Amino acid sequence: MHQLKVVQLTKYYKQAQALAGLSFEVENGEFVAVIGRSGAGKSTLLRCINRMIEPTAGQVLFNGTDVRNLRNRDLRRLRTGIGMIFQHYNLVHRQTVLENVLHGRLGFKSDWDGIVGNYTHAEKQHALEIIAKLGLDQHTYSRCDTLSGGQKQRVGIARALVQDPQLILCDEPIASLDPSSAKVIMDHLRTICREMGITVIVNLHQVDVALKYSDRIMGVKAGTLVYDGKPDKLSKKLIHEIYGTETGDLIDE
Amino acid sequence: MKPKKLAREALAAGETMAKAIPPRDIFGERRRNFFLFALLFLALTWWSSWGTEFDLWSAFASFPKALAWLGLNFIPSADSLQYLPRIGEKLLETVFVSITATTTSAVLAFALSLFSSKTTRPNAWVALVVRGLGTFLRSIPVAAWAMIFLFSFGQSPLTGFLAIFMETLGFFIRAFIETVDETSESSVEALRASGASWLHTVSQAVLPSVVPQLVSWILYMIETNIRSATLVGLLTGTGIGFVFDIYYKSMRYPPAGLVVLSIVVVVLLIEILSNRIRRSIQ
Repeated sequence: MHQLKVVQLTKYYKQAQALAGLSFEVENGEFVAVIGRSGAGKSTLLRCINRMIEPTAGQVLFNGTDVRNLRNRDLRRLRTGIGMIFQHYNLVHRQTVLENVLHGRLGFKSDWDGIVGNYTHAEKQHALEIIAKLGLDQHTYSRCDTLSGGQKQRVGIARALVQDPQLILCDEPIASLDPSSAKVIMDHLRTICREMGITVIVNLHQVDVALKYSDRIMGVKAGTLVYDGKPDKLSKKLIHEIYGTETGDLIDE
Repeated sequence: MKPKKLAREALAAGETMAKAIPPRDIFGERRRNFFLFALLFLALTWWSSWGTEFDLWSAFASFPKALAWLGLNFIPSADSLQYLPRIGEKLLETVFVSITATTTSAVLAFALSLFSSKTTRPNAWVALVVRGLGTFLRSIPVAAWAMIFLFSFGQSPLTGFLAIFMETLGFFIRAFIETVDETSESSVEALRASGASWLHTVSQAVLPSVVPQLVSWILYMIETNIRSATLVGLLTGTGIGFVFDIYYKSMRYPPAGLVVLSIVVVVLLIEILSNRIRRSIQ
């Protein structure tokens, strides 16, 4: 069984079509990069997988269950198994690194325990280990608004990891970072995939980064899949087709 | 660097001469717009003062005279200090009414704003109803609320409390919705995506993000409401407003002046205090 199987996934925003019947499968432990220009539907695709956006039609099967049929508690349970990382980190800036990381455990808690922030000793221990692994142990008790962009994104990764997810969705994780912080983040994502066996699906603007890090590339153009395969099979011609450019080099090739 | 770039742009513009947009004089446009706006502003002022037969010039001209009268009559005398305990007692009552009205409406308004903010609302209809309630409450001025409650509750601090509560609730609903929208959208998304429940996201993402803004609004409204409470007191016969009314109508101007002075002192003290609190919880 495939870990993730997407069948004829379609999404309309009012009249505008964002996804036009995409189909693909992702295996456990794969590192998949989704490339395409802004507005091609990359973000929508990612958010249809954990139902942060409601698909209009099609199927999304995660471990064999169709996520579109899930309601309330079942939907929450699905989401605990899928971590998510954002371009703008989406942290609670006035809280400490540790608090933000532990937010990843809320999905496992009763309403009351979550409201008062009742985390078990094991959960805190686990969070501290992950914080250390990401090189943030100097900042465990720092407020997130005092961190740099790269550090904030590492907090975002830690928050996803503390969920013990099977899959991590990354929406432009390095788009707001300088090149060296971007490398640190991408290296961490690759380590997570290789050593912890977690599947990573990452939306990227940077073709060179996608080529360097991923096992597999999906090219999205106007809501359709125009390429799905190994990075080394992706020709210049195809890249230009994905980005809708005629000739010349793209800036980060 | 810059001239070179400009030259390059000019060259590029030259190449596409056929499609080029004629250059716009944006500075001239801004000057003209400003001039037009100023003219409109003056015309509006003149028109509305003409419409109400309100003579702006004689109003300004009578200002010194009014000040002189105040200066002569409203100076608190040594004699008026005997009224100080009574003034203090009523002033404290007024301050308490405004604080309780502000804090209770803040709690209710925060709960309501969660049902209306884009990031936390359960559905668009509930959001619209809450927003409508806020607009309705705001559109009735505090003096009108005081008159309405005066019928049902008579001359008591409760009347003043309710009047201020209503108006503050209307204001807070709007302010809090905007605060929740602005400060917590992204973290709410992250928590929802990790499987957190609605109550989790509200308590762990929304609340910590909005606290400084909310406290700031609450402190601001406490200040404002002390002034409102004075007016409401005048109308409903309670608190410091009532005391002022009695002294004023019985032509005991020095103690009336003392009332005004003590209100100013209290408002200033609260402002200083709230500035300190605001700075310490960024």
